[in-house]
Amino acid sequence: MQKQVPIDSDLFTWPAAEPKLKASQCYDCGNVIFPINTSCPKCGGINLKDMELKTKGTLWTWTSQEYFTKGLNDYKDPEDFKPYFLGYIELPGQVRVESRLLVNDASELKIGMEMEMVIVPFRVESDGTETMIYAFKPV
Amino acid sequence: MEDVAIIGIAQHPFGRFGDKSALDMGLESVREALQDAGIEWKDVQYAAGGTRDGGRPDQLCGKLGPIGVPFNNVYNGCATGGSSLGACCMAIKSGMADIALAVGFDKHPRGMFLTTVKDYGLGQWYQDVGFLATVQFFAMKAQRYMHDYDITEDALIRVAEKNYFNGTLNPKAWRRDGLKYDEIAHSKMLSNPLRQYTLCSPGEGAAAIVLCKSSIAHRYTTNPIYIKGIALRTRAFGSLEVFTPAKPLDDTAPTPVQMASQAAYKMAGIGPDEIEVAQLQDTESAHEIMHMAETGLCKDGEQTKMIQDGETKITGRLPINTDGGLIANGEPIGASALRQIYEVCLQMRGAAGAHQMPKAPKTALTQVYGAPGISNVVILAR
Repeated sequence: MQKQVPIDSDLFTWPAAEPKLKASQCYDCGNVIFPINTSCPKCGGINLKDMELKTKGTLWTWTSQEYFTKGLNDYKDPEDFKPYFLGYIELPGQVRVESRLLVNDASELKIGMEMEMVIVPFRVESDGTETMIYAFKPV
Repeated sequence: MEDVAIIGIAQHPFGRFGDKSALDMGLESVREALQDAGIEWKDVQYAAGGTRDGGRPDQLCGKLGPIGVPFNNVYNGCATGGSSLGACCMAIKSGMADIALAVGFDKHPRGMFLTTVKDYGLGQWYQDVGFLATVQFFAMKAQRYMHDYDITEDALIRVAEKNYFNGTLNPKAWRRDGLKYDEIAHSKMLSNPLRQYTLCSPGEGAAAIVLCKSSIAHRYTTNPIYIKGIALRTRAFGSLEVFTPAKPLDDTAPTPVQMASQAAYKMAGIGPDEIEVAQLQDTESAHEIMHMAETGLCKDGEQTKMIQDGETKITGRLPINTDGGLIANGEPIGASALRQIYEVCLQMRGAAGAHQMPKAPKTALTQVYGAPGISNVVILAR
């Protein structure tokens, strides 16, 4: 079994049977903050508690990245670049999170569609370890 | 408080200029603007200048002759030029200077603006996952807006075509090839819905503006143009901005452009329906469209008909980006806001030559927006 490591341990629970995105909630104003933080950007408060986000939501907006450019992606060879999709997913009552979207074509995306979170391998390191990210896919 | 008057303007052509440094472009602009005002560098009592890649702007002091003038180096992303102008206005309105100068110049390498996660307080994952591109933000904001207000790709293409056409009439524009509808519509999709030719490119250029308190403007010109309102605003909680991993559900927050516009109108005592020409940040054509509404020049959704009816052309009811905007001039960050001022002053002076509006306008609005959520809006009148 490949070793699987989150791209950033602050982003989501892993390993977990039901992985969740990690967020903070402000005790003073109720604001939900992603990723986790130590102060609230809405009220400036510092009383925050840990919370986990829902894993199902709707697509609020999206776009594609269809061209290779330095500084954006770690492709050793521009020829290896594959277009990808990203957007914001609205998690009801909580917040909208920016995420990679697991589709192959723009025709698969429609604002308002239901999507669910998954944890998927993003890259394989030289020692075989898989770096995992969160992403959303059509339900 | 006194009004601020513009008494000298200058702009270096925008484009790509080989080995010529951005600083030299800035220097030329300053000298020309001083000449336009009929003053010398030693008469300047306050200066502000900005650039991203051109090297420290206050190097100009050494080149122009050091006189001990207070020179503020300014950087606020694409709102840099507007911030420089604002600093000059505050110096004059506070009574700390009678004459001030704002300058902006830049020379960017080819390709996307590169930045670092550190600049935005983000984890390295954000770049690794492929989110650190400003074009993605512009595209996602446009995508949602087009969905909400029934704006189609046709409007985006028409706006780009208009700006490329205006560029053919502007001898200082970079892109003078006048790309047509079909070429734009078939250009490569970069970030849906934005195609290559609907986007501006980072470029090179410079501009300078000389200002004074209005009570002495008559010494320098018979044709002063007044800055009646100017406002810089940063983002409020909840608005969608560049490089934000999450957006709150509350959509009622005004954008920096809305806040800056409202403050500028209030300061000017002029309303949006009185504005006769506008220079708006057209990072890409969807943003010119959104900024039409954010600056209060129209309601959300009205843009489609306005564009179809040609209202925003040079010959239309409300010309926008008469010199071709960022799309035809490119984006040298430090200079763009001052190019906008240069252009509306040319229009108001009746000196815009081939791209002159049929009737020289009496009022104008200019607007820029930059990462991570900053806007500067200026309202001018003669």
